[in-house]
Amino acid sequence: MVASPQPAARLQWLFGAIALPRGWRAGIGPMIAAAVLFLIVLSAFLAPLIVPHDPMSMNALQRLKGPSETYPLGTDAYGRDLLSRVVTGGRISLFIGIGAAGVSVAIGLMIGLVSGFFRTADAVIMRIMDSLMAIPSILLAIALVALNGPSIWSVMGAITIPEIPRVVRLVRSVVLSAREEPYVEAAIALGSSMPKILWRHLMPNTLAPLIVQGTYICASAILTEAILSFLGAGVSTEIPTWGNIMAEGRIYFQLKPSLIFWPGLMLSLCILSINLLGDTVRDLLDPRLKKREG
Amino acid sequence: MLGYIIRRILAVIPVMAIVAIFVFLLLRLTPGDPAAIIAGDAATPEQLERIRSSLGLSDPLHVQFLTWIKLLFQGDLGTSLISSTPVTQMIGQRIWPTINIAVLTIILSVLIAVPMGVVAAWRHRTWVDYVVMAFSVLGFSIPVFVIGYLFIQAFSIELRWFPVQGYSAPSMGFGKFLSRAILPCLTLATIYVALIARMTRASMLEVLGEDYIRTARAKGVKETIVLFRHALRNAAVPILTIIGTGFALLIGGVVVTESVFNIPGIGRLTVDAILARDYPVIQGMILLTSGIYVFINLLVDLSYTFFDPRIRY
Repeated sequence: MVASPQPAARLQWLFGAIALPRGWRAGIGPMIAAAVLFLIVLSAFLAPLIVPHDPMSMNALQRLKGPSETYPLGTDAYGRDLLSRVVTGGRISLFIGIGAAGVSVAIGLMIGLVSGFFRTADAVIMRIMDSLMAIPSILLAIALVALNGPSIWSVMGAITIPEIPRVVRLVRSVVLSAREEPYVEAAIALGSSMPKILWRHLMPNTLAPLIVQGTYICASAILTEAILSFLGAGVSTEIPTWGNIMAEGRIYFQLKPSLIFWPGLMLSLCILSINLLGDTVRDLLDPRLKKREG
Repeated sequence: MLGYIIRRILAVIPVMAIVAIFVFLLLRLTPGDPAAIIAGDAATPEQLERIRSSLGLSDPLHVQFLTWIKLLFQGDLGTSLISSTPVTQMIGQRIWPTINIAVLTIILSVLIAVPMGVVAAWRHRTWVDYVVMAFSVLGFSIPVFVIGYLFIQAFSIELRWFPVQGYSAPSMGFGKFLSRAILPCLTLATIYVALIARMTRASMLEVLGEDYIRTARAKGVKETIVLFRHALRNAAVPILTIIGTGFALLIGGVVVTESVFNIPGIGRLTVDAILARDYPVIQGMILLTSGIYVFINLLVDLSYTFFDPRIRY
């Protein structure tokens, strides 16, 4: 990681790199990914205004119907419109994904800065983080939801906690190398306060890799949310999320596979675009990695 | 060398100790009465009391911890709140299907992923490379249960090659076992193959640029030997590492895949335990899987010296 003495200049460079036409060179793939993601986010955001039916209203006469003009993707076992549910389902999934990414990056950043800078704290913190990483994240999330109930917040928390150690490790490794830079030594010699050194001089170095890591966490959080719902340990079943729609579709899978395939397709497209965008941003920010990964 | 092995094995102790403390505190530090959380809203006072005494929740925290740890060392993970059988016995009855599926998956994944990554690096920036990369991004992005249902739909329902769901032990006939295990294994393998192929490719690309590869080719060594003996062996350490850390993904995948394919393993046991709020079982499963994960990564660390004699400790 190239360290820059001017955090502000570095930030400008960072966002400039994403916004400027340099990204065009990344090819058509990332552009399609961005367009797909934009459509998914937009339709989820506007869901209440654009869906043809109320995603919650049941209709016993219209159970498990095939695609028709009124119901473009057919209906589920309670006669609810599948298209409306899939579009609305994105709201919670995306909210949890973005929320989990934001919170785990924020908490991981704080812990990582401290851990990278203070050697005494480092030993203890890293032991705890290593242990947390040894617990399979799905099982940890399952246990946390089982204990805290199926609310959106507890699911988001359960997904966030297992991601924190990964962020801590990343931030710590950046801080460890940046700490040796002359400008940090200069700041110490000038008597800058500890919080100021951490925030003004070390933190900006972590931003670029954190943005990349954040996109991957967002993708994996959306995936984990779906898995939790699918296993019956997610957001309560009245709320349509992609995972919940698929979980309900399981019983009727042989009868009507589209109950799983449509939400599954949306989920996969969404995660695929986030991952592709993450790769693109990573390549833009660190061309050395691009060379290595191709 | 021996010193390193001993130190590496000893380093497992604090990690597992913290995992154990964490798992212990998970239930106790949850806001509210843990017994009420486990029993659910419709619990009678008698049920609450039974759960409290079964988990020893009325004692002071440190007493609870010491009793719990003592039992843990005796191999006692507690008793299920639902079936009143010891957790270790429940896990013991259900672990074999999971082990069989997991081992087959790992073998399958390595056999598919490593050659894929090697060929992709060998034919860098050709269509083979792009196909492998596209597959590995896709493998990461499609949820494991969606893959499972796609496979069932395609191979069991449309083509009728395999039974739809269920499990048959290898002792009942290996062919029967394979015909039922192959779809769950392929499902589980998808993400693992994506991960390993990607790392193999990256690691091989780096090694293939080395001088000794050029030397080997210059002196006329056969290309397959250059790739698999000279290059792959030097590229092995990152690949092994990803096989080890990727094992966590496999554990998560097992829980889901066993539900999709209706396999009576410990993954299903966990899901049933969650739905029934059978906390001792969940707790035991977390401890067990973390232990396996730590053990696998210990083996991976120790195997580095075997693949790369330059590594000395």
